[in-house]
Amino acid sequence: MTTTTSRAPLPAATRRRRPFNPRRAGAWALLVLAIAVSVLPFLWVLRTALSTNSALASNSTSLLPAEFTFGAFMRVFGLQSPADAVAEGGSGAAIDFWLYLRNSIIFSSITTAGAVFFSAMAAYAFARLRWKGRNVVFSLFLGTMLVPPIFTALPNFLLIKNLDLLNTMLGMVLPYVFMTPFAIFFLRQFFLNMSREVEEAAMLDGAKHLRIFFQIILPNAAAPLATLALLTFIGQWNEYFWPLLVGSQDDVRVLQVGLGVFKSQSPQGAPDWSGLMAATLISALPVLILFAAFGKKIVNSIGFSGIK
Amino acid sequence: MTTLAKHSRSASPASASSPKPQGSHRRFGDLKIALLFIAPAMIGFIVFYVVPTIRGLYLSFTEYSILGEPEWIGLDNYTAIAKDPLFWNSLAVTGQYVFINIIVQTALALGLALLMHKVAKSTLIRGALLLPWMMSNVIAALLWFWMLDYQIGVVNQFIEWAGLPRVAFFGSEEWAIPTQALINTWRHMGYTALLIFAGMQAIPGHLYEVAKLDGASPFQTFRKITIPLLRPVLVLVLVVTVIGSFQVFDTVSVTTGGGPVNATRVIQYYIYQRAFTESDFGYGSAIAVILFLILALVAFIQMKFLKGNESDLD
Repeated sequence: MTTTTSRAPLPAATRRRRPFNPRRAGAWALLVLAIAVSVLPFLWVLRTALSTNSALASNSTSLLPAEFTFGAFMRVFGLQSPADAVAEGGSGAAIDFWLYLRNSIIFSSITTAGAVFFSAMAAYAFARLRWKGRNVVFSLFLGTMLVPPIFTALPNFLLIKNLDLLNTMLGMVLPYVFMTPFAIFFLRQFFLNMSREVEEAAMLDGAKHLRIFFQIILPNAAAPLATLALLTFIGQWNEYFWPLLVGSQDDVRVLQVGLGVFKSQSPQGAPDWSGLMAATLISALPVLILFAAFGKKIVNSIGFSGIK
Repeated sequence: MTTLAKHSRSASPASASSPKPQGSHRRFGDLKIALLFIAPAMIGFIVFYVVPTIRGLYLSFTEYSILGEPEWIGLDNYTAIAKDPLFWNSLAVTGQYVFINIIVQTALALGLALLMHKVAKSTLIRGALLLPWMMSNVIAALLWFWMLDYQIGVVNQFIEWAGLPRVAFFGSEEWAIPTQALINTWRHMGYTALLIFAGMQAIPGHLYEVAKLDGASPFQTFRKITIPLLRPVLVLVLVVTVIGSFQVFDTVSVTTGGGPVNATRVIQYYIYQRAFTESDFGYGSAIAVILFLILALVAFIQMKFLKGNESDLD
């Protein structure tokens, strides 16, 4: 994940029509191929999720669902009786993706809200306040980006265990909720580039830093804050390792972990493919919706900022 | 995750030159209010980053099975690791994984970035290419686990139509790691291409015009202008993707679980097994320390030899 750069619009001159050019056509063909490889698997997931398990084997290449049914989705949401589920190739074991969906939403929302807000406060201190040791502390914060997550995951697990917070939502969100080094870095850059004039005018009027932060800085940084919240939310939604360690029980299990468990319940020798793909689609859906709504923001945020 | 930028040399010029309306602030600056603003982040930083880093290092010198207290055993974990065939296997497997993943991914991403730069800069196309990256590793793994299934996976159907024997992508020792590597390549290809593309956009257009006027071929332009000017971006992309690649875990965890035999027991999966399934936190921490050192070394070598922090664009 990365930082935003605003890009100048293309000069109109490059847009003039050109005669057919085989090199250009070849380039487009390759690009279309790459897009197909990126996008088509998702259609395949949808098609499988709407199929009946027993029909998949004999009908494994048709683009349309094999014996169309919503059974897989019902099974995943626990709406099918165990007998029906087994009959359609499910394991019959209780699996409730509503619960996992709810847990994923709580986990991602709390960590995103906390991390973005507290990181914004810290970024303000790093960008707009003058204090001794500021740059040293900032470099230390940045340095944590270099430590591989697995390295801190073991001791963090022990800490959460000693606090008796295993299998609680609190234990799951704690390591993320105070800040992420990336968020501080990302926001500090925007705060550094904001004009000082409004802030100084407010200060002459006797405004305190808290008011400046809430009434001037945050509203003016709404766009980068939104981008950061989006990227953080998606990252948290996709998080697997930490929730696997700390949230293995049903009442706090998130979708990604639930998917892994669902896959490992291999009923009747063969996996419940349509159920698994329905579950996969449900896990992907919130991100797909966010992407459909804010795709441009996300796409434009990818790039290195001001490398030199 | 990435980001590196020029202001690492720090301090905003604005703050240096701005007038100081309140003289009383001079000695301590805004220290008090700064501490207030930084307090929550500082708690997270100390409790969940600094202390665990030190504790992880300490644990690596102990024998600790989660029950009772860690017992100091000096370098015993490290000497045991040096003689542990499973550790060396995990290193070899991870190395193979990183090699395939990075070579294929970087080559494809560079090609895609070039295509986008030449013929299509639309957000829609970039968005479509970014889609796999938005999905979790677990989703990417399961999606391909289904499509590459030996019995009824669609890919194997095509392979059969082509008159070739079916491939046990996850079930055979020789295919398991390349399969894992290619799944992650699929997930990261578009993202990496976008990073490189952003770098290409920063190359001044007039250089290409001059090259064209001088009669340079597209290949010459690519070799003499694009690649040299793109070098800092490429090095950063490499550092970031290599470090990420070394930490592969999720896809292995949900598909092969380290198997068949030891074919996909990558380093992070081995750490996970030692620490969490065998309750050997000291040993697991020691391997984590080694992984940390490997990553630091790899990043250092790449920055040093590829001269990532220098640009020809001056």
